[in-house]
Amino acid sequence: MLDAARIRADFPLLQQQEHGHRIVYLDNAATTQKPQAVLDAIADYYHTTNANVHRGAYDLAIRATEAYEAARGRVARFVNAWAPEGVVFTRGTTEAINLVAGSYGRANVGPGDTVVVTAMDHHSNLVPWQILCQEKGASLRMVEITEDGRVDLSDYGRALERRPKVVAFPYVSNALGTVNPAAQLTRLAHAAGAAVLVDGAQSTPHLRVDVRDLDCDFYALSGHKMLGPMGSGALVAKPGLLDAMPPYHGGGEMISRVWDDHSTYNQLPHKFEAGTPNVEGAVGLAAAIDYLEGVGLDRIAEHEVTLARAAIEQLSQIEGVTVYGPRDHRAGVVSFTYGDIHPHDLATILDQDGVCIRAGHHCAQPLMRRLNVAATARASFYLYNDRDDVAALGASLVKAGALFGYVPA
Amino acid sequence: MDTSRPEPPLSELYQELILDHYRRPRNKGVLEHPTHSVALNNPLCGDEIDLQLQVEGGVITDLRFLGRGCSISQAAASMMTQVVKQRPLSDALALADRMSAMMHGDEGAAKDKALGDLRALAGVSKFPVRVKCALLPWNALKDAVKS
Repeated sequence: MLDAARIRADFPLLQQQEHGHRIVYLDNAATTQKPQAVLDAIADYYHTTNANVHRGAYDLAIRATEAYEAARGRVARFVNAWAPEGVVFTRGTTEAINLVAGSYGRANVGPGDTVVVTAMDHHSNLVPWQILCQEKGASLRMVEITEDGRVDLSDYGRALERRPKVVAFPYVSNALGTVNPAAQLTRLAHAAGAAVLVDGAQSTPHLRVDVRDLDCDFYALSGHKMLGPMGSGALVAKPGLLDAMPPYHGGGEMISRVWDDHSTYNQLPHKFEAGTPNVEGAVGLAAAIDYLEGVGLDRIAEHEVTLARAAIEQLSQIEGVTVYGPRDHRAGVVSFTYGDIHPHDLATILDQDGVCIRAGHHCAQPLMRRLNVAATARASFYLYNDRDDVAALGASLVKAGALFGYVPA
Repeated sequence: MDTSRPEPPLSELYQELILDHYRRPRNKGVLEHPTHSVALNNPLCGDEIDLQLQVEGGVITDLRFLGRGCSISQAAASMMTQVVKQRPLSDALALADRMSAMMHGDEGAAKDKALGDLRALAGVSKFPVRVKCALLPWNALKDAVKS
């Protein structure tokens, strides 16, 4: 286990209280808190380095460009990208997936073609493909999940028989915590001739990711879910694929020469980064990666799995609680319901004890339908959580049970 | 540092009467031939309500609802059907305004007997994110009348 109390000392927000209680932040799958080092990196950028990148001839602008490109290199090393120019900065996972659907998808998916997604995909890895398929007259095939919340491999095999043009799936499910066998799914999809996009929103913050090992074609990640600032993120892709793709957004920075009626485009990765980029976001994300690697991704993953196991054990002891998702191969996400107490009521009651959990459909409505629930409550752990947080969750749930008449007050 | 709002009592939010309406909703079901109907949901949290009215001569002679959601939204729907049944539409819309006022902390509205069991929901006003739950059935009623 990590020394979470020591880690918490690095996070200013976690020092504050909620409703008179120590804050117990268990909504890390939604977003994470930021360490002082990230806040300092952003402030330092604006105090010492701010200028527009890739265009100024003066030293300040050169330093800003260097900071931005150094951040790109940092992200590339973190996930073992094919090349730094294969890292396109985006607003986050959602924009990265929209970029692939809007550029690669539009150029390569036609009428009658198939795109494959899974029933555990977040709306951000579903809706862009729905839009593409509707526009192109292509069909979207959703792969079913097993009862315990894994990708149903036999249904996956049947979907691949359609020789899809694109296969997209999450490495880790945001709603269930399932860790999918991403390398295996990629290998099977490649054998069927598909390009593969891995939604890395929930994997990048929590386990060691090596995109070359996965051998996927596209990998999307969000900075704010891994201690970085909101509005930061990246698409990591094979440079050869990116090079052949048409631009996504038009504007400054992404062009080479512009005439009245047409333009030629800049080199990678700039071709996909129209407009002034979020430099502070990139710099903050690089600082977040430094922090995470300082602790160690393997240790973080082990810490979260330990906490999730402890939480599942604690919740299982409360009569009326149902925990969703697989028993093994899971990350630090625990989705549950408690009798007929609606998850929103649970979230309100837990909030009074300073316990922050998510309640709702987790942007995964097709999955909720398959679980036959309208919503679940979700506790998700990170490196700054500890067993006391698990205990606080359990105690607060007992209080909710008392209010709703499940356990004696 | 505590920047959160002072702690409101949970017992005020989850009164027995609210849980009773949540677990034994009144007028839950479907009307065969409603004159007005509307389905409304709260995309943020997924609360759903499907409301059907039988309006004759400007009076709500009958109504039913189907719904899924938190105790506040479903109890509010059940309570609402009780107080607007057999009432003229104009009264029902005036009650919608009283309900909205109560949700925004109007203590006079919270004592208005015309709101019936709905007065048990006065405590919701201290939980701003839950106000939309209590008003969902009323917004459905207003939409249904407009349709």
